[in-house]
Amino acid sequence: MSLQKQMIAGHYSALSRAPQEGRKVVYTFVPGNLTELLRSFDLLPVLPEINALQSGMRKLSADYIAEAEKHGHSEDVCTYVKCDIGMLKKGNIGPTGERLPPPDLLLLSYTGCFTFMKWFELLRQEYDCPVAMLHVPYQWEGRILPHHVEYIVQQLRTEVIPKLEQASGRRYDEDRLREMLQLSAQAEDDLVWVLESAKHVPSPIDAYFGGVYYIGPMFTAFRGTEEGVVYYRVLREEVESRLREGLGPLTPEGSQEKERYRLVMEGPPNWTSFREFWKMFYDEGAVIVASSYTKVGGLYDGGFRHDPQRPLETLAEYCLGCYTNLGLPTRTALLERYIREYRADGFMINSIKSCNSFSVGQLLMLRQLEQRTGVPGGFIESDLVDPRYFSAANIKNRIESYLQMLDQKRAGVTA
Amino acid sequence: MSPELATLITRAQELNDDFELTAVRSWKEAVPGRKAIGHMPIDVPRELIHAAGMLPVGIVGAGERLEIIRGDAYFQSYICHIPRSTIELALSHRLDVLDGMLFPSICDVIRNLSGMWTMLFPERYVRYIDLPQNFESRTGGVYWRRELETLREDFGRLSGRSIDDADLRHSIAVYNENRSTIRELYRSRSRQPWVYPTSEVYVLLRAGNLLPPEDHTALLREYLRLAPLETDRRDRDHSRVVLVGTFCEQPPLGLLITLERAGCWVVDDDLLLGLRWITGDISCSGDPLQALVEAFLTQSAETAARYLPDGQHGRALVESVRRNRAEGVIFCAPSFCDPALLEQPMLITRLDCEGIPHTQFKYSEDTGQFAVIREQAGTFSDSIRLWSEA
Repeated sequence: MSLQKQMIAGHYSALSRAPQEGRKVVYTFVPGNLTELLRSFDLLPVLPEINALQSGMRKLSADYIAEAEKHGHSEDVCTYVKCDIGMLKKGNIGPTGERLPPPDLLLLSYTGCFTFMKWFELLRQEYDCPVAMLHVPYQWEGRILPHHVEYIVQQLRTEVIPKLEQASGRRYDEDRLREMLQLSAQAEDDLVWVLESAKHVPSPIDAYFGGVYYIGPMFTAFRGTEEGVVYYRVLREEVESRLREGLGPLTPEGSQEKERYRLVMEGPPNWTSFREFWKMFYDEGAVIVASSYTKVGGLYDGGFRHDPQRPLETLAEYCLGCYTNLGLPTRTALLERYIREYRADGFMINSIKSCNSFSVGQLLMLRQLEQRTGVPGGFIESDLVDPRYFSAANIKNRIESYLQMLDQKRAGVTA
Repeated sequence: MSPELATLITRAQELNDDFELTAVRSWKEAVPGRKAIGHMPIDVPRELIHAAGMLPVGIVGAGERLEIIRGDAYFQSYICHIPRSTIELALSHRLDVLDGMLFPSICDVIRNLSGMWTMLFPERYVRYIDLPQNFESRTGGVYWRRELETLREDFGRLSGRSIDDADLRHSIAVYNENRSTIRELYRSRSRQPWVYPTSEVYVLLRAGNLLPPEDHTALLREYLRLAPLETDRRDRDHSRVVLVGTFCEQPPLGLLITLERAGCWVVDDDLLLGLRWITGDISCSGDPLQALVEAFLTQSAETAARYLPDGQHGRALVESVRRNRAEGVIFCAPSFCDPALLEQPMLITRLDCEGIPHTQFKYSEDTGQFAVIREQAGTFSDSIRLWSEA
């Protein structure tokens, strides 16, 4: 966790120095991010969702959202967008207290979320800078079609790469990209090993609350870098050591001692009360053994690895396969697999008010997963970064009731 | 109102209220083997459905007249209303008459609804249509052609009749005429909104969701003939406004009537935008599939659900205000509608730059109380007239 924090803080620091050092920055999104491609041009990525969630964790988001609503943004829409717009209106001071540089390019990786399109259209109006649009077709059937890959590759060649060349002043270097993709694949192997370590009973990791720290470097700015490879090797070694020593997941209060419940989680976490939310689970001995949120930036445990032999095609396939770009039946099947393979006692859905991409259909998923697996599901509601929608007492009550229900179910089976 | 016009409007209103889709059933029963394909807002290639001998049926929820019993159990409170009533229609077997359902890429709600449909009705034909957001011929155009080729094969298989180029050219011509008539109706309303009140125009337009396009065109032409014969329709001291945000979930008819009663002539709008998504005629010569592709790339309406490569948000709205001599804009979006509500600040910025007055409120398709809206729209209309006189 500390290494991860150092890396993220280091990246924000590099971003704050970028204008002085003459480095160019590209704003883009986590799902469908093209970090290796950006890095191959020596461009620095800025991820507005990460800024927003970091602002949420640091209790800054409420003021930013209020600022955006003051400027006419509806209370009904995505709070990541409003947090970002509010941060911009208040001087674009990033979550670490350093000023974020304005974008030299907005790379609109339109993957799995309609709001992304409007978000960067709004930023374009604020910054008056070029936009590269990458439309990633939705995988409603859950299979990648060849003409979808061709469509993305053509957009990379004719829209994205020329604009990256223009922003960076460098020519596209495919050999450099290949080298970075090779590094990505190495790190991805270790990430998958870490995530799948949760199949052990008891699990050495929490694959949701802890998982967000594990995916941080992979989903933000470190895919395709040596630092990323080192981070995932160190992480894997640490988890191997926890397994050997029989330790449970690491929490803010030390190792979790008891694993009373193994749960699968659907939906993003709440960020404004992240620690409080996590504590509601570990205090009860609940461990999240698999989660869908940790797949929004790539579904590596489904077998995907970046392939340096097919650099642009592999980027296209990566984008197509991100979790929120998958149809509801595929998402449901994935959760079903997790429930079975990770031997879960239950699953829980954290339904996010301002994220229709995740939330629409979750109540049907709940029913179908219960029917298919016989495992009971729980349902709670909160938001990403708007503290007005985190009702701690209600959520705690629901979690406790749900876990009591699991106990009763167990007792019934035993009896 | 003349009995002829009253009959025409009553017929259209009955189609609007036809949640049982009896008109579609009658159409199918008239010739054994006929099929009907439902589609959500906004744009789907209806020409391809028509060319296969099938009936395209626009599904836009159920308004305020259907009690939602099961639909609410599938959606959280913070999701818009149209998926609730659409699921309600489906679970209550009112949509069983449809042989397939299409979900175009308007937002994440409609997108995920396509997956729900697949899970709830696995035996039915369902397709999500991801409209291209790249408008270059060799990129988005190539992709869109492949998607259309798939739809052409699917519809040929479903109908049992493969679609040849001549069929498709004929269907393009039929829809060109329909869209052209709608444009004529909109121009007429803009010139004399008191002759063609929006509360009537909308009912007539919405009938196009259920009628075959040839019949819908005939209905609109008849209305264009009859409405000017009404001698008691006179201009009033109303403000001319453009209505924005109504392209997907539809406002209840009472809301449109309320706006008129509050002193607003609606001279342009984006109601049921899918019926006139393509803004000009599509070529009826050459390769018809390519003609559909080119029309989408170059003649698509500018709205919140599509990407604007040049970033000129509000340009089309300002042009509409100028062209229709509108004095203000009413932003009227469904609650929780991501496309409309996220677009709104960009449009407002543009209007402010141009000095065009605007106001905004939200609705749901089942909104039943209009007192507040009437007050707000009335105040807006009054303030426009006061400014105009100053």
